[in-house]
Amino acid sequence: MDKFTVLNGLVAPIDRANVDTDQIIPKQYLASIKRTGFGEGLFAEWRKDASFVLNQSRYKGATILLGRKNFGCGSSREHAPWALMDYGFRSVIAPSFADIFFNNSFKNGFLPVVLSEAEVDRLFHECNAFPGFRLVIDLERQTVASTDGALTMHFDIDPFRKYCLLNGLDEIGLTLRQADKIRAFEARRKAQHPWYF
Amino acid sequence: MPQTLYDKLWDSHVVHVEEDGTALLYIDRHLVHEVTSAQAYEGLRVAGRQPWRVESVVATADHNTPTTHWEEGLAGVRDPFAKLQIETLDANIREFGAKVYFPYLDKRQGIVHVIGPEQGATLPGMTVVCGDSHTSTHGAFACLAHGIGTSEVEHVLATQCLVTKKMKNMRINVEGPLARGVTAKDVVLAIIGRIGTAGGTGYAIEFAGSTMRALSMEGRMTVCNMAIEAGARAGMVAVDEVTIEYLRGRKFAPTGALWDPAVAYWRTLKSDAGAKFDHEMTLDAREIKPHVTWGTSPEMVVTVEDTVPDPDKEKDAQRREAMERALHYMGLQPRTPITNIAIDKVFIGSCTNSRIEDLRVAAAVVKGRRVARNVKLALVVPGSGLVKEQAEREGLDRIFRDAGFEWREPGCSMCLGMNPDRLSAGERCASTSNRNFEGRQGPGGRTHLVSPAMAAAAAIEGHFVDIRRWT
Repeated sequence: MDKFTVLNGLVAPIDRANVDTDQIIPKQYLASIKRTGFGEGLFAEWRKDASFVLNQSRYKGATILLGRKNFGCGSSREHAPWALMDYGFRSVIAPSFADIFFNNSFKNGFLPVVLSEAEVDRLFHECNAFPGFRLVIDLERQTVASTDGALTMHFDIDPFRKYCLLNGLDEIGLTLRQADKIRAFEARRKAQHPWYF
Repeated sequence: MPQTLYDKLWDSHVVHVEEDGTALLYIDRHLVHEVTSAQAYEGLRVAGRQPWRVESVVATADHNTPTTHWEEGLAGVRDPFAKLQIETLDANIREFGAKVYFPYLDKRQGIVHVIGPEQGATLPGMTVVCGDSHTSTHGAFACLAHGIGTSEVEHVLATQCLVTKKMKNMRINVEGPLARGVTAKDVVLAIIGRIGTAGGTGYAIEFAGSTMRALSMEGRMTVCNMAIEAGARAGMVAVDEVTIEYLRGRKFAPTGALWDPAVAYWRTLKSDAGAKFDHEMTLDAREIKPHVTWGTSPEMVVTVEDTVPDPDKEKDAQRREAMERALHYMGLQPRTPITNIAIDKVFIGSCTNSRIEDLRVAAAVVKGRRVARNVKLALVVPGSGLVKEQAEREGLDRIFRDAGFEWREPGCSMCLGMNPDRLSAGERCASTSNRNFEGRQGPGGRTHLVSPAMAAAAAIEGHFVDIRRWT
């Protein structure tokens, strides 16, 4: 997994609540057994509309997506963060996320940032008003800021997730450090509730 | 201290907790299917890792498998990518192993959330995960069951654990008798209509109350299945006699000397009196009517007595815009009575409503009648090969066929349009599935979520009808 430290990127706004993973990556693009190549299917239905955000030249090369509440609801498909990343995004900012999408993102070095509704509103205004609007996401400091620093917002993140992202750590390797504990738990459970084994 | 059902399930599976509350949770049952597992197995292979406990794995192919042309074998899978995913799962299970595998064309194959309970592979007190958000279905058995992403599939395969944090507790009580024609599907649509698609985000929801206790296991599965449509990864129902009777004699349920101690333990799987919930609400079942979604999110739902909502009456600008967009996509005019909406296709199936009880209810509605002329296709897709067999023993297939329905092989089918069963652009469908998102059943397709009885009646009339008054 790639490390995530500081991201300075162009922002693309998707001004819709409840963006579901069927929209992020429609099922006709799920037919692969690899983790890459899904960028082509990102928002495929909406991209058929010439005025859709990602079809506008001012947002070309964007790496930060700005969204509304309950972003990533619906299907558990991890192809959603894979598609966002394959397209070039590294982070999405929204007032709230669906749980499974939120989890999946961290596993791929893709950072979902939660800001308040008011802060997200402010960013939508800035983004619409100023072509070329960029943000700097500093994971270590847990801040989202305009490039001139005039606008700075703080976000929360689990310390463990932050640690894994900053260091690009393989979570399986980390868990396997607890292998003895897992084995001991399993042995106890098997003795107590043998019908589960 | 009194505990909730979720507290008990959580506590009995915690292997290790970090200071910030991040826990390693032990996983008892891992359900695997063809669409979200290939990359996980590939990850194991690349890292040179073996599965921790293959006996926890129950696998099947269901998402992209066709529901026709089974007589042709694998050649009947026309889509080369679907075929590749099916073959890849075959190869991965061959290489890594599983407790049991129901491959494509096996007579016990079916939708992963139908076959787990059917085989007794889902047991009370288990943690159950699957790379599919509708894993919440298994919570009907007092399991902690939820969907995970593909990286987590790989993580569970390699470590038998999930890295996760405890959710909050919510209890939704549904009290009283349901009116004739009102089903579990209407209960859960009513709940989603009330709390919204994000209302349960961050929560594990326990469904309780006399209405839930009166439901069959099939009905409870329907409710838990759609917990995720209310934003909750996990839904659950406490163990009672209905649970235990359902499990007795199932293939992988405990037998002999293990049965009694298992049952004794299962009976403890309920919330203690006085247990604390972060959020609690109660619905009066007598007020629940048949529900029909009108928009592109399950929360966009009204009763069959209502009309399509008018965005002009919505004060919140963001919501109004979402409503307008949904109405445009759905091709509907505000204030149209729901019963005036004509349909092109009908789909009875999916992990929400494809079990034997669902098929019986739908068959009772269509018996001796004919599908309306304007309905181009009416599909019945049993949830598993065993459900199909049972239905055929009861003669349900004949009832459906005589009425003009197509009787298909089991699978996810038109619920998600990953296989040949899908809607064409502009087609309107009465569907017993769980998601009415844009394009869910096929690009441009228009989905109305309803119960099996409502879908069956809509097929006969060619438009929605109030099943309570329809005879």
